[in-house]
Amino acid sequence: MLNSIVLVKQVPDTANISGKVMNDDGTVNRSKLPAVLNAEDRAALELALRVRDQYGGRVTVLSMGPPRASDILRECLYMGADSACLLTDRKFAGADTLATSYVLSKAIQKLAPYDLVFSGRQAIDGDTAQVGPQTAEKLGIPQITYTESILEIVDGKILAKRRIDGGFEVLRSAMPALLTVLKDAVTPRPFRAKRLMEFKNARTLSELEKLVEENSLLYLDKLVDEAKQRNLYIETLTADDLDIDLARCGLKGSPTRVHKIESVVLAGRNRMNVEPTRDGLAGLIDSLIRDHIIG
Amino acid sequence: MNDTKSNDVWVFVEQRDSKVADVSFELLCKGRKLADALQGRLFAVVMGYEVDLIAQQSFTYGADEVLLVSHPSLEHYRTLPYERHLVKLIREHTPRIVLFGATIIGRDLAPRIASATQSGLTADCTDLQISDVTYLKQNFPRLLLQIRPAFGGNIIATIITPDTHTQMATVREGVMELTLDPHPRTPHMTQIEVQSDPVDELVTIVERHRQESRNSLKSAPIVIAGGYGLGSKGNFRLVHELAKVLGAEVAGTRAAVDAGFVPAERQVGQTGLTIRPKLYIAIGISGAIQHRAGMQDSNKIIAINVDPEAPIFDVAHYGIVGDAMEIVPKLIESYKARLK
Repeated sequence: MLNSIVLVKQVPDTANISGKVMNDDGTVNRSKLPAVLNAEDRAALELALRVRDQYGGRVTVLSMGPPRASDILRECLYMGADSACLLTDRKFAGADTLATSYVLSKAIQKLAPYDLVFSGRQAIDGDTAQVGPQTAEKLGIPQITYTESILEIVDGKILAKRRIDGGFEVLRSAMPALLTVLKDAVTPRPFRAKRLMEFKNARTLSELEKLVEENSLLYLDKLVDEAKQRNLYIETLTADDLDIDLARCGLKGSPTRVHKIESVVLAGRNRMNVEPTRDGLAGLIDSLIRDHIIG
Repeated sequence: MNDTKSNDVWVFVEQRDSKVADVSFELLCKGRKLADALQGRLFAVVMGYEVDLIAQQSFTYGADEVLLVSHPSLEHYRTLPYERHLVKLIREHTPRIVLFGATIIGRDLAPRIASATQSGLTADCTDLQISDVTYLKQNFPRLLLQIRPAFGGNIIATIITPDTHTQMATVREGVMELTLDPHPRTPHMTQIEVQSDPVDELVTIVERHRQESRNSLKSAPIVIAGGYGLGSKGNFRLVHELAKVLGAEVAGTRAAVDAGFVPAERQVGQTGLTIRPKLYIAIGISGAIQHRAGMQDSNKIIAINVDPEAPIFDVAHYGIVGDAMEIVPKLIESYKARLK
């Protein structure tokens, strides 16, 4: 029996930027981008589910983010996660990787006991790959980053293959351990229709509150009880629920600060426009050969 | 042990199989400039086993001092012992800046070091500068400006770490220039005593395979790169055809890699390689800042794109507006005709 916690993040879908999300000045309007489950986190969840399917145990997904991050938690439930937990509080806002990993580590400790923590190698909105290792450091546990596969788990130790610069290595690590997973490591399973029908009604506390606001015939306590009984309750953790130092959360707890954001002004090069005709292109080839660029 | 916090700049010098990672010496060159601006010293932290040669070479790239941490247990990189030794050294000396290569090792190690020392860490910087900064009406003398393209494609963010003494950053290979230090220094080497700790053995290497692969893309004089705009892997074949004719290497953008058009090790840009070939031909590439960061210093850039407003044209020396599926075959034809 192995208990796993999978860290997942809702990210703007930067891979599918269309004209609809562009501002007039050519920048991307982040709020208009669809929010999706970070692809490497999906792979991390798949790996965790495979561990559970082989060795037994439970998989809990944990996401820190705004209330709407419950969308990706439902997706994780569709895939097969046993339970989901949303870590949300205005006090967590504006966090850099250090403050994020601090809050995550506190939440993981709250969800203990655990044998393995999984996350994607990095999230596509920042590409830092820092939160996984920083969380492991705070938990005081070893890490296996760039995980390609898990070979076996035996005698309380995990054997995993990871990418290194120019090749791979196989590590044997004590548990608990944190693994960050590459996107290509595994193909995530599709949603199962049965689970989708079941868990599309999974709700967080704030979502149930909203239902009550919209319909005066509903009672919150009853809804919460009902959701819990049917395993459709997505637990919410806030700062108050954690043994936490607020000075280390959110913007306050973030040593890195954005000093300046500049739009890039390109020093317009002396560009020569080449007509896409045979003559135009032949002329281009000629000048490249003349300048000894090609030959 | 120092009581006062230093103005020193540290570079973690990375080795694999006792061969130095190129990025480490590039960082020493940059670190030299930063240390001069801070009037501090430049330290190379060399960790491994039988790495004396790397330690010696560090001086030729500007290091004032080498901290040599050599022990058989450190022969191959492992997170926990490397972390333990480096954290101890940083706590003792409190350097002002610590730089890491944004390699797999650097990206495994740096965040743990930053977490343990509660320092700020910025990933994948494309430039580093020292400057006085006024932030929230407070003056901070000689901060490290950690400059990186950020989300959105058209912005450059300058990150600072005003409140923690030690500022950390990772930088990709090829971003900083490699130059020998013109002012040879008196080598000053400190051997750090290594004591083992049971924690080190929580993770062991069972098997390890690696090849010294010189990525041919890095030093290629001509590079043909394709973007997501090509639309499919089938269309991406044009990139290969042109490359074959010109004797060039093939590259791609992040989006092309994500779409499976081209393998990840051929990605050019902020989170891929930074290259400066003699000729760079960008096909179906819109030219987001993250991509331009990896190729804009190429000697000559030709951009082929159907969208005349694509930002790639702003860094191009030659621009061709039109459908790559028609233009590239004509280009190949013209070149072949010219050779006859």
